[in-house]
Amino acid sequence: MTSLGERKRDRIDMLAAQAGAVPTGEVGLSLTRSAFRRLRRDPVAIIGAVIVVVFLVVAAFAPLLAPKDPIAQYLLSEIRPGSIPGAREGFPLGVDNLGRDLLSRLIHGSRQSLLIGVVSTVLGVAAGMTLGILAGAFGGWVDTVVMRFVDILLSIPSLLMAITVSVLLGQNQWALMIAIAVTQVPIFARLLRGSMLAQRGSDYAVAARALGVRPARIVFGHVLPNSVSPVIVQATLSLATAIIEAAALSFLGLGDPDIARPEWGAMLASAQAYLSIRPWLAVWPAVCIIVVALGFTLLGERLREALDPKFRR
Amino acid sequence: MPTSAPVLEVEDLAVTFSRKGETPTRAVDGVSFSVAPGETIGLVGESGCGKSVTSLAVMGLLPPRGVRVSGSVRLDGQELIGASDRMLRRLRGADMAMVFQDPLSSLNPTLAIGTQVTEVLLEHRDLDRKQASAEAVDLLDRVGIPDPGRRLKEYPHQLSGGMRQRALIAMALACSPRLLIADEPTTALDVTIQAQILELLRELVVGSGTALVMITHDLGVVAGLCDRVHVMYAGKIIESAERHELFARPRHPYTGGLLHSVPRLDAGRGARLTPIRGSARDTIPWSQGCAFAPRCDNAEDDCLGDTVPLEVDPAYGTDRELRCRHPLQPARVGAGTSGAGVARAATGGSGATASGPGR
Repeated sequence: MTSLGERKRDRIDMLAAQAGAVPTGEVGLSLTRSAFRRLRRDPVAIIGAVIVVVFLVVAAFAPLLAPKDPIAQYLLSEIRPGSIPGAREGFPLGVDNLGRDLLSRLIHGSRQSLLIGVVSTVLGVAAGMTLGILAGAFGGWVDTVVMRFVDILLSIPSLLMAITVSVLLGQNQWALMIAIAVTQVPIFARLLRGSMLAQRGSDYAVAARALGVRPARIVFGHVLPNSVSPVIVQATLSLATAIIEAAALSFLGLGDPDIARPEWGAMLASAQAYLSIRPWLAVWPAVCIIVVALGFTLLGERLREALDPKFRR
Repeated sequence: MPTSAPVLEVEDLAVTFSRKGETPTRAVDGVSFSVAPGETIGLVGESGCGKSVTSLAVMGLLPPRGVRVSGSVRLDGQELIGASDRMLRRLRGADMAMVFQDPLSSLNPTLAIGTQVTEVLLEHRDLDRKQASAEAVDLLDRVGIPDPGRRLKEYPHQLSGGMRQRALIAMALACSPRLLIADEPTTALDVTIQAQILELLRELVVGSGTALVMITHDLGVVAGLCDRVHVMYAGKIIESAERHELFARPRHPYTGGLLHSVPRLDAGRGARLTPIRGSARDTIPWSQGCAFAPRCDNAEDDCLGDTVPLEVDPAYGTDRELRCRHPLQPARVGAGTSGAGVARAATGGSGATASGPGR
């Protein structure tokens, strides 16, 4: 009897010990790390990531990858009204109306598009988060003032806003980036403020207050880290919007005037006149814009799911 | 009974919530109690009776806007109502701490356990980072978390419910507070873990002379842990008594009803529980009489009209207070056996599990 009881007890102790032990490799699995772990298993996220990475690599190594100089003119003798040379040896996608190699221009154009997209989104996130933190952390009249200002920004159509800003700042690529950033600010400010206000009343914030943690530490150590995931997701999605918006502004002639830097939007604009004789001049830059935007959108959407605590296991 | 000066004295505490365009709601009304070092009191009542609001008011955690708190809360003689935010912040975590109901949502999911434990230590004690993490290991060890060095690096979602509540208790006890308020600390846990957590609180808190305020709706918890019990209904204390007295001879019909709603081990097979009729919504304002009158079997005409005062129970010594004009007579509870049976069932139930598996 006793031995049976003892065996049972030993067995229970052993199970209890096992239950207490954590499998190795699981220690310190933070929110971000478990999110990345889930992204890695998600085919859609991988497709998005591959697209983004491919374009980033192309942009980074554009001078090495491009077969020709993007501004040198070739085959000029063959360009005449009603005919632009198509694909041939050395020019896999043909040349544009000024005899420049289309492929090389597309490759170099990725630099401009990604640079504008990334820089303007970073600027927008930085400014938007600053406003969001101000409103979310202080609440009260600070919140009211900041949010009314943001509402004003939000009420202006983004393209109109970008046009106004780039007209005000003059025509160069920095003005373009700032113009696009300004249109992103209200989105990030509202998003961060909303999620911070929601997190401020959460149990762990109250628990931290009950332990006498100082307010600044609660805002930056507790509330903010739990509020940024929608901002991260939106930033990924906004990259796509920024690239499209940059193309749109260039298309409207408000882009970078420096012809040494080819840009997809501007290429699209100049191809417009030749749509009937060589539509591919317009199709290729458009495809590039769409695919990059798609890559960021796919990644962003899946990131949203991966960072959502409701999907966590 | 401890005789030293009380750690916490609450006098005539009232909390009113008001919103523009709505009639103000008085959530807590004229609540008074005190806790001595090493003593455990229970605040008991069903949801919405004001127990949690009372605890938040004591800690100074109610939002500043739309809430009016009046009365007096003294911690070691120091008045907390109207104290500056700065002073309250210094007291919270150091001299008074709180353990909440849901251990998962009370921990920050983005920070490792260790960061959250050391945070309290760094805030209130003069330690550097290294000393603080050594102290954190020690704390987790004291609350019975195995392999504490490793657990410190883990995130809340990697711990079990019981572990999380232990970690929260460790954080609350990090600076050896004089007062600990536990707001339903076992409600979100399963029964065996509940017993372990209660045992842990008994060991760590009561043993060290910390005053403990236990907020609960679980009479088993009260029976196993509390020295004195205050039963609340609709924002007021309606009966307060020493634990055994309360279980053996409930006087307020509401207390009696609560005890009858607890399943009993010695009840016959198929015996039905006797619920309190109506719901907590069926109350009348205290200004128009006894708020419990609409649900009370003993209610008579004089229960309505004016506020029923909380008075020393004439049938017992000065130690019992009662807010009722038609209290239960001991005979009506079943000649002593029935009430005692409930107490036995409740104490026995929680006692059996509490001393059971241990950890």
